[in-house]
Amino acid sequence: MQKGIDKVVVLEVEDIHKKYRGQDILKGISFKVRKGETKVIIGPSGTGKSTLLRCINQLTIPDKGRIWLEGEEVIHTKKNINQFRQKMGMVFQDFNLFDHLTALGNVEIGLTRVKRMDKDEARQKAIEELKKVGLEEQANLYPAQLSGGQKQRVSIARALAMDPKVMLFDEPTSALDPELIGEVLEVIKNLAIQGMTMILVTHEMGFARSVANEIIFMEDGKILESGPPYQLFNNPKYERTKRFLKKITELYGE
Amino acid sequence: MNEFYYFIREILLPSLFEGTLVTIKLIIFSIPLGLILGVLIAVGRVYGNRIISFLCAVYVIFFRGTPLLVQLFILYYGLPSVGIFFSPFVAAVIGFILCSCAYHSEYIRGAIQSIKSGQMMAAEALGMSRVQAILYIILPQALRRAIPGCSNEIIYLVKYSSLAFMVTCVELTGAGKIIATRYFKYTEVFLVVGIIYLLMVSVVTKFLDMLEKKLEIPGLG
Ligand SMILES: Nc1ncnc2c1ncn2[C@@H]1O[C@H](COP(=O)(O)OP(=O)(O)O)[C@@H](O)[C@H]1O
Ligand SMILES: [Mg+2]
Repeated sequence: MQKGIDKVVVLEVEDIHKKYRGQDILKGISFKVRKGETKVIIGPSGTGKSTLLRCINQLTIPDKGRIWLEGEEVIHTKKNINQFRQKMGMVFQDFNLFDHLTALGNVEIGLTRVKRMDKDEARQKAIEELKKVGLEEQANLYPAQLSGGQKQRVSIARALAMDPKVMLFDEPTSALDPELIGEVLEVIKNLAIQGMTMILVTHEMGFARSVANEIIFMEDGKILESGPPYQLFNNPKYERTKRFLKKITELYGE
Repeated sequence: MNEFYYFIREILLPSLFEGTLVTIKLIIFSIPLGLILGVLIAVGRVYGNRIISFLCAVYVIFFRGTPLLVQLFILYYGLPSVGIFFSPFVAAVIGFILCSCAYHSEYIRGAIQSIKSGQMMAAEALGMSRVQAILYIILPQALRRAIPGCSNEIIYLVKYSSLAFMVTCVELTGAGKIIATRYFKYTEVFLVVGIIYLLMVSVVTKFLDMLEKKLEIPGLG
C-alpha cells in the first residue's frame, strides 16, 4: 500500500564525504527525501550510517558535499547551524536524555531556551508532546526512573516538540530489550502515518518493510542500492544486498 | 577552676569573637568567587580554543604547584614594589580566591569530562549553541558531580584561612596567638581556637551535605 507522497523535496543530500583519521568513512552519498516520505537506511555496522545522520545536521561536519533543507543550503556557520538544527529532529540509539531534567523538562528545554517560548506555553506544548507518545503520567519522572522504551519515547517527544521538518532516527530500538521495542516502533509508525518526513536507520527489517517508502542499502560508505521495500526484499540487484537481508532477518527476525 | 572560666569567658572569647568574624568574612568572600572562577577556568580548559585552554592549564599548574603562603607573600609584600597595594584582608581574600579556584577547576573539569558526549550532541541537535549547551545541560550535571571534591576544598579553605595571619590580617588564629602570647596560655587558647574551627567546619560540612542531597537527581546514585 502506497501512501500519498507530496512531490516537494524536503531534504537533499549531495555527494557527502567524510574521513576519520585519514580513513574514508563516507564516500559520496546522495539522495533526496520528499515531504511525508520515510526513508530507511540499512547496512552492516561500521558502514557510516550514524556518521551520515550526524553529517546531515552537521553534528559532524562533512569534508565535502552539500545539503539542502527546504531548498535552503545547510551551511555550518555558528549562527546558521543552530537555526537548521532546530528544524531537524534527532533521535539517538542511546537516547541521550538530559539526566538532570524530568521527562517534561527534557521536552520543554528546547522550547524555552532555543525557541524562547514563554514558560506556560512551553509547558502546555511539552505536555501535549508527552501525551502523543503516551507518557503524560511519567512527566515528572527523571530519565533514571524510566524504562528504556519510555526514555526513547521521551526523546522522540523532545525532538517533535521543536516542530522539525524532518526527523532523523539512528537505530532507535537497538539499545532496547526486545519486549520494549514494540512501543517505540509504534510511535514511529504513527508518525509515518501522520505524514512526518523521516530518515530511519534500523535493523528491524519487518518494520522497515512496513513503513519505508524507500530503503537505502549502505555498504562501505556508499549507497549500494536503493528502492521500494518490495524490490529490495524480493528482487535485489546485488548478491550482497540479498546476503545482508538474509543475515539480518535471521538475527533480528521479521 | 573559677579563674580558668573567668579567663575563657571574659578575656578569651570576646577577643576571639572579633577574629572569628574576620575568618567568617574571609571565607564568605573567598568561597563563592573561588567557585565562580573555578567554573570559568574549567570551562576554558575543556571548551576553550588552544590558547585559552593552555592559559587556563598554566594558571592551574602555577597555583597548585606553589605554596599558598608564597602566593600570599607575593600579593602582600611583593606587589607593593610594583606599586600595587592591598590591605591585609584584601590580600588574603585575593590569595584564597586565586588558589582555591585552581583546585575547584580541577574537580569541575574532571566532572565535565565525565559527562557523556551524547549530552552535548543532543543539546546541539536541539539547536542550542555551545554556550547554551554548556550552561543548561553540561554544567548543571557536572557541578552536581563536582560537589564532593569542591566541598573538600571549601573545608580546607576554612582551615587554611588561618594563613591570613601571615600577612598580618588578624583573623581567628591570629587573635588567638595574640592572647596566648600576652597571657602565656597557649594550650587553653588554641584548644578553644581549635574548637571554634571545628564548629565552623561542622556547619559548612552540614550545609554542603544538605546541598548535595537537595540537588541529587532522583533515580541516580
Ligand atoms: N568520532 C569518530 N572518530 C573517529 N572515527 C569514527 C568516529 N565516529 C565514527 N567513526 C568510525 O567511522 C566508521 C563508521 O561509523 P558509524 O557511522 O558509527 O557506522 P554505523 O552507524 O553504520 O555502524 C567506524 O569505523 C567508526 O569507527
Ligand atoms: Mg550507528
